[in-house]
Amino acid sequence: MARSTSSHGRAAVRPAPTLLGASLLVALAGCAGSGAAEAPGSAEPDAITGTVTVFAAASLTGTFDSLATEFESEHPGVRVVLDYGGSSGLAAQLVEGAPADVFASANEATMTTVVDAGVVADPQPFATNVLQLVVPAGNPAGVTGLADLARPELVVALCDPAVPCGAAASSLLELAGVVAVPDTLEQDVKAVVTKVALGEVDAALVYTTDTIAAGDAVEAIPVPEADAVVNRYLIARLVDSANAPAADAWVAWVTGTHGRDALRRAGFGAP
Amino acid sequence: MLVVPLAALVARVPWPELPALLASQPVLEALWLSLATAAASTAICLVLGIPMAALLAEADSWPAVPRRLLRTAVTIPLVLPPVIGGIALLMLFGRRGILGPALGAFGVSLPFTTPAVVVAQTFVALPFLVFAVEGALRSTDRRFEAAAATLGAGRVRTFVAVTLPAVAPAVAAGAVLCFTRALGEFGATITFAGSLPGVTRTLPIASYLALQSDPADALALAVIILAVSIAVLLLLRDRWLPGVVAR
Repeated sequence: MARSTSSHGRAAVRPAPTLLGASLLVALAGCAGSGAAEAPGSAEPDAITGTVTVFAAASLTGTFDSLATEFESEHPGVRVVLDYGGSSGLAAQLVEGAPADVFASANEATMTTVVDAGVVADPQPFATNVLQLVVPAGNPAGVTGLADLARPELVVALCDPAVPCGAAASSLLELAGVVAVPDTLEQDVKAVVTKVALGEVDAALVYTTDTIAAGDAVEAIPVPEADAVVNRYLIARLVDSANAPAADAWVAWVTGTHGRDALRRAGFGAP
Repeated sequence: MLVVPLAALVARVPWPELPALLASQPVLEALWLSLATAAASTAICLVLGIPMAALLAEADSWPAVPRRLLRTAVTIPLVLPPVIGGIALLMLFGRRGILGPALGAFGVSLPFTTPAVVVAQTFVALPFLVFAVEGALRSTDRRFEAAAATLGAGRVRTFVAVTLPAVAPAVAAGAVLCFTRALGEFGATITFAGSLPGVTRTLPIASYLALQSDPADALALAVIILAVSIAVLLLLRDRWLPGVVAR
């Protein structure tokens, strides 16, 4: 099990700009040492230090990476370790006692399972996401709408209904009255996007944000019904977080203006 | 280290609910698919692996470079993360892969099909068979082959009638290891073949997915994989195993 988890949950430990930040701090402190009281802004002695481990839905990958880089330059003593995966799988790991400080889920149902287990409390909404129909660049199969997902000759990929993007896909298809004929039900949304970008899949349902993140490799087909199925993203600190001050600062960072701007740029909706 | 995690797993299994879980449609479907694909890939491993093992056993007389290259090529799938193997298979057989378009011209598309599961399993399981058989071939008494040759048997006939029966236990042992490895295959399969109930969702994939929604189901599936693997390995008589490892 450990093998399969590690090969699918992408743990990203980024070489933080901490060293640079720290040396700047030292330099500033050295200058200030002569007489001036305290250096302004971010160079203030930082109360928070250590590591914040964040379990985040796969769809947050790029956004949280850049938010973490900014957060680390703001708080030079802190390192953010991001572990991305299908929300449901991450939730199962947390319920089993995986050591993390913050959990960000792609829907409410998944967060509820973790809240019910007493692992987190008071989750806050911080973004929304809707689904989009995507095809490989050039749309080789000539897909025009949701109804094409029912064409048996097309290779169609969806998320498994057990994960948030799959639950949303089921609701959307039901709403549109389409009985899709999928060729694969993937365990997280990034796996679906990758298969579309590789051209192995003719059409798939993924989040709007994933289409933006995938760039030129994929094309989006507008689906009018998609706005009716909205996933709400929730974030919460773990009750047993080993580094509660830094974890709280990260949650505030994501739900604050910085986070909101970055999420909007990535294509997420306001909470 | 080897036994304790498995014991912990067995301890958590919801035994009273197990029969109902095991009889459920998704579990039976995954079980049948896993057994059928693992059997098919074992058969392919035998066909491809025995000649490869013979080649490898002969390679001692080769120059160092081709000999090492051949050995490395056979070993790679053993040490490579299976997901990378799956990506490699996509690059070869995928629509935009090297062979994919040619296959497509004949109306054949491998990814996301049951044969893709077999291909992925064969890729990761083949070294187990090759090394088991190679080890035995190296320790056979060459005088019997020489005798067969003096009696007028050709190389192929000598191999089939004399060499192969002599290493039959090792072939069986290799096939069993191959089968159990194929049964447990996850990474290459989910990458190359995807995950669709009844078509490509084998036991390990079903178990991984069940963990996301219903851990009890995941444990039940894990017990089946474990039970089948143990049953198959028990069939392998003790005295066959040394032939695989040492000699």
